Parts: sequence; structure tokens; C-alpha cells
Amino acid sequence: MSSQAAPVEAHGHHDVRPIRKAAMWVFLGSECMFFGSMIATFLLFRNETADGPGSELFNIPFTSASSFVLLMSSLTMVLAHNAFGNRDARGTRIWLAATALLGTVFLAGQIFEFTEFVHEGLTLSSSSFGSAFYMLTGFHGAHVAIGVMMLMAMFYLSLDGRLYDDRGLNVELVGLYWHFVDIVWIVIFTVVYLLQV
Amino acid sequence: MTDTAHRAHPTPRLYWLIAIFLAVVTAIEVAVPQIDALDPIKVPLLWILAALKFFTVVGFFMHLRYDKKLYRTLFFFGVFGVFPLFIVVLLSLHAL
Amino acid sequence: MVIDTSKDLVPARPTGIWSWITTVDHKRIGMMYGITALVAFFVAGLQALLIRLQLTNANGTVLSADAYNQLFTMHGLTMLLIVVMPVGAAFMNYFIPLHIGARDVAFPRANAFSFWLFLFSTVILLSSFVLGGAPDGGWFGYAPLSTQLEEYVRMDYYAVGAQLLGVASIMASANFIATVFTMRAPGMSLMRIPVFTWMAVVVSFLLIFSLPIFGVGLFQMFFDRNFGTQFFGGGGDPLLWQHLFWLFGHPEVYVLILPAMGIVSEIIPVFSRKPLFGYPFVVFSGIAIGFMGFGVWAHHMYTAGLGPVAEAGFGVATMMIAVPTGVKIFNWIGTMWGGKIRFELPMLFSIGFVSLFVIGGLSGVTHSVVPSDYQQHDSYYVVAHFHYVLFGGGVFGFVAGAYYWFPKWTGRFLDKRQGLWHFWLMLIGFNLTFAPMHILGLNGMPRRTYRYGEGLGFEFWNQVATVGSFIIGLSFLIFAWNLIRSRKHGELAGDDPWDGRTLEWSISSPPPVHNFDEIPVVEHVDDYWHRKYATDEEGRAVRMPDVSGGTVAADTDTGGDDSHEEDMHMPSPSYYPIVAAAGIGTMGYGFVYLPVGWIVVGIGALITMWGVFGWSLEPVTRGGEHE
Repeated sequence: MSSQAAPVEAHGHHDVRPIRKAAMWVFLGSECMFFGSMIATFLLFRNETADGPGSELFNIPFTSASSFVLLMSSLTMVLAHNAFGNRDARGTRIWLAATALLGTVFLAGQIFEFTEFVHEGLTLSSSSFGSAFYMLTGFHGAHVAIGVMMLMAMFYLSLDGRLYDDRGLNVELVGLYWHFVDIVWIVIFTVVYLLQV
Repeated sequence: MTDTAHRAHPTPRLYWLIAIFLAVVTAIEVAVPQIDALDPIKVPLLWILAALKFFTVVGFFMHLRYDKKLYRTLFFFGVFGVFPLFIVVLLSLHAL
Repeated sequence: MVIDTSKDLVPARPTGIWSWITTVDHKRIGMMYGITALVAFFVAGLQALLIRLQLTNANGTVLSADAYNQLFTMHGLTMLLIVVMPVGAAFMNYFIPLHIGARDVAFPRANAFSFWLFLFSTVILLSSFVLGGAPDGGWFGYAPLSTQLEEYVRMDYYAVGAQLLGVASIMASANFIATVFTMRAPGMSLMRIPVFTWMAVVVSFLLIFSLPIFGVGLFQMFFDRNFGTQFFGGGGDPLLWQHLFWLFGHPEVYVLILPAMGIVSEIIPVFSRKPLFGYPFVVFSGIAIGFMGFGVWAHHMYTAGLGPVAEAGFGVATMMIAVPTGVKIFNWIGTMWGGKIRFELPMLFSIGFVSLFVIGGLSGVTHSVVPSDYQQHDSYYVVAHFHYVLFGGGVFGFVAGAYYWFPKWTGRFLDKRQGLWHFWLMLIGFNLTFAPMHILGLNGMPRRTYRYGEGLGFEFWNQVATVGSFIIGLSFLIFAWNLIRSRKHGELAGDDPWDGRTLEWSISSPPPVHNFDEIPVVEHVDDYWHRKYATDEEGRAVRMPDVSGGTVAADTDTGGDDSHEEDMHMPSPSYYPIVAAAGIGTMGYGFVYLPVGWIVVGIGALITMWGVFGWSLEPVTRGGEHE
């Protein structure tokens, strides 16, 4: 039996960062199930439009543009994290702000898209297709909104140099969450939009 | 469980290159449904391209390639667990 | 502020109600889970007794059909989500850090939050009885019954209450996983973790990956009821709910039973004075049960018309899950075989667990056979089966754990004479109640109907079952009295009353706030036993003279420098967890009473924001370097 398998140093502070990251990864694994269930629901009802409007409403060029915005926000997020790791407070602040801005643009695009669709007669209650579509993209949007709030909290902390204090939330964890929201959208973009037109 | 899996961290230059790569893949994705010749393989092709983007972001931007194996295990339980479950559900509901 | 006097290194145990509200101590949180669950257990027991009174005679008149529907639904919900799961959480909270040699769980404040959210969701669910009626669509909440009648809040209570309980459980589970994977004491490799903690890990994974699916189903039910969506009605599919529900509901069964299996795996070696027979087999069969538990959900849906291929597949998968379960049974028997067995109370209840669980497991295998299940479906045979597994299994296991660890919680034994009365009354009462249900079910008595007609021959065994249920009730009154009285007046137990094997027995009873004066260095499975005993040439255990109970500092040369004083900084108490949980609970009440409730939802959201932001931005440790 190997006694070298000790995962944690015997004394002194635990380095809390790996613990938090482990919990964040578990949480993200759990979120896969959450979004997976909703994507499966959407696939089940992809043709249940009750003779009303369905996927023909999708404006692929527009959604591609907003998908691109969200994808690029992952770049700015990882640059923020990189600056954070180099203890470059100014760089962190700029890239955090850029990420929050891109996230907000994405949300604005989603609100615009929803408004259009409702005008065309696709609502939460118009058909099972509508129910599944709005539930999936709506919960994703809610995740983006929460992410934007966390980014703004980080930005606020960076203003007076408190970014490196030992707190429950930090740039790295916000980053993992943000990238996750992005990869969920990668799947939604393919399954909901590209595969249905 | 070991920390030895740490590799050299990527640089901003690599991040930019990856972002360009992701943008190109997205452009291909948008183009695929427009090309009639690709229609028979449209579905698997789009899934493959989405998976490519998915794991690129996970591996590089989320540092999973460079980080502890534990995180990979925890996350991949969810990622790879969800597929068989819902394929069976959709099959039994005659939706695939 | 500088704190450097030596007595400040050992944090004092604060007292008073505020200290409980703001506590982040895993032991106190575990206690609060346990007490809440015990109270809920008596509520659920009362519901069960009312159900039994109604069914004693043909055409019973004790309850109306409406009251009966509420009672059987809430009995199930309460027992599963508010009693057995939280009792599991109580043991996990208390013992995971002690078992792995840690000072607390990974996220003490998130842990407190999980408890408070659990408590508020419990209040929401139980308060429904007086606020418009309790959920009455069964604990499984099948659509379309559960999505009808939008003006009727009962199933909204179900959707909201279960959703919030799920959020609390997901957070607690992520916490436990992070704790076990990153905070183990030096030398505590994964294959040295006590079996109970292993089972806690499996349970946490099951919850983490199954609850989100249930959560989506509950959202869909809630939206169907309140926002006119068409997930289960209209163009939707009620079978979707059944899939989402049982994708959670079946792993949930293992969530309920695995902690009890873990407890029994701790107790049987101690009272047989032998190491657990085949420790790796017990661990891996637990993991196998966890994996396979995700692949058998549709055996609850045979009669829904899945088609022969799916039914055959799920039938075979269900039969296979009996294999790792059987492995565990043989390991427990193998542990007792040739051991010097002491029939103390924890051991009696553990043997009760193994015996009754075998009966429940065997009737479970009969369900896996599809044609046989077609006959048993929705009959009392099923009721008999899952009570043998969950009450004969789960509750016996947890009671065994309570008798085993009560000395660790309080420093005193539970009274043995009263405990024997409890055991025999519970065993007899249990079998009188549930064994006849096998016969009733096979004779065709359906479940979930509030009365049965005369002349069907159901009266006699129903009367036996009712008598049995009151005997169970009596046995638990004795248990409650024993708990209350022994807390202050029980016989003193000392730190290591059972000659225990795992680390929790190496520290004082009750444990100090910081658990371990020095973080132990672990060299074996059952490390504490190996510190107390050496082996002679014939392989017999010989007690080493110099080590008695009490705090054994494993201060070997591997780790004895002075820096351990640093991590005596325990996490600071915080009131933000209860604020955040109260905010979410307020939102929950608002959601039940939509659309008027939107105002309440808004208020709740503001309270939640206050709690969450205060929490994520406050510094973590007290007396840290940076303040």
C-alpha cells in the first residue's frame, strides 16, 4: 500500500483554490444534466408546433452573430483570467468589463429575438415546441444574466484592489462558470438552430 | 489525484489563435446547412463540429487539459452521462 | 487584530440561539438535520397511522378520499425527502470530516445554507396542510393529474417544495464531494476511507447527477400549471414526466439506502471484532450500485407500454443490480462469521437491517421480471416491498447508527433496557405491518385507494397491519424518550465506548469544535484500531499497552512541525446563509400563489441578493492575516 497518496499537505492552510475548483466542476457536471434534460425535451417536441410557427422563424444570420459574440466573450474571459494570474489588476479589469459587455450584448440579442418570435405568434404556450424552446433558451439566458452579475461584482472588487482577498468567489471560478455558459450555447446553437432549419 | 499533470500554461497568443479557430469552425457550421451536397451527413457533421468547439473551450479556455485529473473526472461524468440516458429516453418515446 | 495567545488556538464552543443560527460547524449542522428529520419522522408516522386507521375495516370512514390522497402523498414525500434523506445528511455532515481527518467540510457556509434551505422547504411543504391543502397527486406526481386544476395550489406546493429541497441537496452533495476528494488527512488514500464515507460519496454523485433532471421536470410541471406551457398536456407527452421523474426517482432509492448500508458496514466489524470482510468489494459494489442505479429507471414504467425491447433491457439491468447488492450481504455475513459478536443495540439493529433488507431485496427481484410486475404493479405487494427496503433497511440502519454514535454526540449511552424494548417492538411491529401486505397485494388489493369493499377478504390482514403500525409507533415513542432522557442522564460512555475502529473514536466525546488537535497521519484502513492493537504470530489482535482512548496524537516524524497552529483558524460564523435561504424560501411561497405572489417573489429575490452578495464577498476565516 502506498502511503504517498496523501492528497493534502499535513499542516498549514489548505490551499483552498483546488477545493473550490473541484466543487465548481462538480456543479458544472450537474448543470450538464440540467441542460441535457431540457435539450432532450426540445428534441422530443421539435415538430410539435400545433400547426403554428416553428423553426422557420429562426433567423440564422442574426443568431450566428450573437453566438459569435458569446464565443468571443470566452476569449475576453480567459484573457481576464490570464491577467489576473499575472497580478495585472488593470488588465483584469479591462477584460472583465469587456466580457460583461459582450454578455450583455448577447442578452440584448436574445431579448430582441424573443420579441420578434412572440410577434410572429410563437409563445411559451402556443405549442409544445414553443414551451421547450423558450424554456431551454430562457434558462440559458438566465445563466448568462447571473454570469454578468458575477462579472460586475468582480469588476467592482477590482476597483479598490480587493480582487486577491480570500473570498468565496474569485475570477477563476467566475471564468469557469462563464465558459460553461458558452459551451452550453455551442450545443444549443447546433441542436436548436442549425439542425432544425 | 496528482499534481504532476500540470503542463505549461498557454499564453495570450494561443488564446487568440484558439478564438480564431473557434470563429472559423462557427463559420463552417453556419455554412454546412446551406450546401445541399452535404445534406446526407449534415446531422453527424454538425454534431462533430459542435463537439470540437465544446472540447476546445473546455480544454484550453477552462484549462482542463492543464489541470488536475480530478476535475476532468468530475465534469465528464456529467458530459458523457447525459447522452446515453436521454438517447434511451428519446428512443423509448419514438422521437429519434 | 492580532491573536497569538495559545488558548485562542483552540476555539471555544459558543452557546446561545444566535450561535446556532450563525453556526458553520458541520457537527452542529448535522445535529440540526437530525433533529428536524426526527420531528418530521413523527409527523410522517402520524400520517401513516391515520392511513392505517382508515384501512382497518372495509369502507373505512376515518378519512375522506380527499384527506386520504393528501396523507398518502405527504407520507411518501415526508419520509423520503424530509426524513430519510436528511437523516443521511445528518450522519454525513457529522462524520465525513471526522472519518477523513478534517476540521470541517470544504464549504462551511454553503453547508449551513443547505441546511437552512432544507428547513425552509420543509416548512413550505408541511405548511401546505393549513394553506389550501397538501399535495395530493402522489409523491411521483404523475401528469396529467398533477398539471390539472391551475387554481388549486396543492401541486404547486409539491413543485416548489421539492425543487428547493433539490437545490439544497445539490449544494450539500457538491460540498461533500469536494470535502472527500480534497481534504483528506495525510495518508488517507481513497482505499482507506471508512465505508460509510465512501457510500456518502456515491450518494452525493447520485444526487448531483439525478436532481437536475428532476428539477427540469418540476419546472415543466410548474410552468404547465402556471404559464400554460404544453410539456405534459396539449401537444406534449405525459410520459416525458415519468421518464424525468424516474431518472431521478430510481437513483433516489439508492440515495436512501446506501448511507444505511454504510452505517451497517461500520457497525458490524466493530461488534464482531473483525475487520470488514472484503473492504474493496463493499466499496466497489457500492460504486457499481451507483452506476447501475442510473440505468434501471424504466422498471417503474413497465405498464406504461414501453415496448418489449425496452422492457426486456430494463428487466435484465434490474436483475443485474441485485448482484452488487448481494455481494454486500455476503460481506456483512462474512464479517460476522467467526467473529466475537457482541449483541449490543447497534449490532441488533444492524442484524435487523440485513435480515429485513434481504426480504425486501428478494421481493424486489420479483418486480424486475416484467410479466410478474404487470400483476404486482400498483398493488400492496409493491408497498410491502419498498417498506421492507426503506423502513426495514433504511430506518433500521439509521436507528442502528443513532445507537452507535449517540455516545460520540453526547458522551453518554442510550439506555439499553429501553433500547431493547425499542428493538423488539419495532421488529415485531414492522413485520406485523408489512408482511401481510405481500398477501394483500397478491390477492389484488390496489394501493392509493382510500377504501376497499366488503367481501374481498382484505379485512383480516389489514387489521393485523394496523395493530403492527401502532406497535411501531409505540416503539418510537420509547426511542424518543430514550433520546431526550439519555442526553443528560444516560450512563457516561467515555471517548471510545465500543472499541471503535475509525478516527472519530480517537477524539473526545462530544468532539471539540476543531475536531482534531492535530491532523492524524493515516497508515491503514481502520487506522485507529491499528493504533490500539498489534497482531501476534497467530494473527490474533493484541492490545498495545501504551495507547488508551482519548486523543491520540499521531505525531510521528512524518509531520511534526509547528505550523499546524495556523490551520486552527476555524471558519467564522455567518448569518448570510440563513438570510439567503430565507430569501429563497420567501420566493418559494410567492411562486405557489402566482400571479399575486410575484410581489412576494420580488421581496424574496431582494433578500436572496443581500444574502448571496454579502456571503460571497465577506472574508472567509476569522483572525486571518488580511484584516
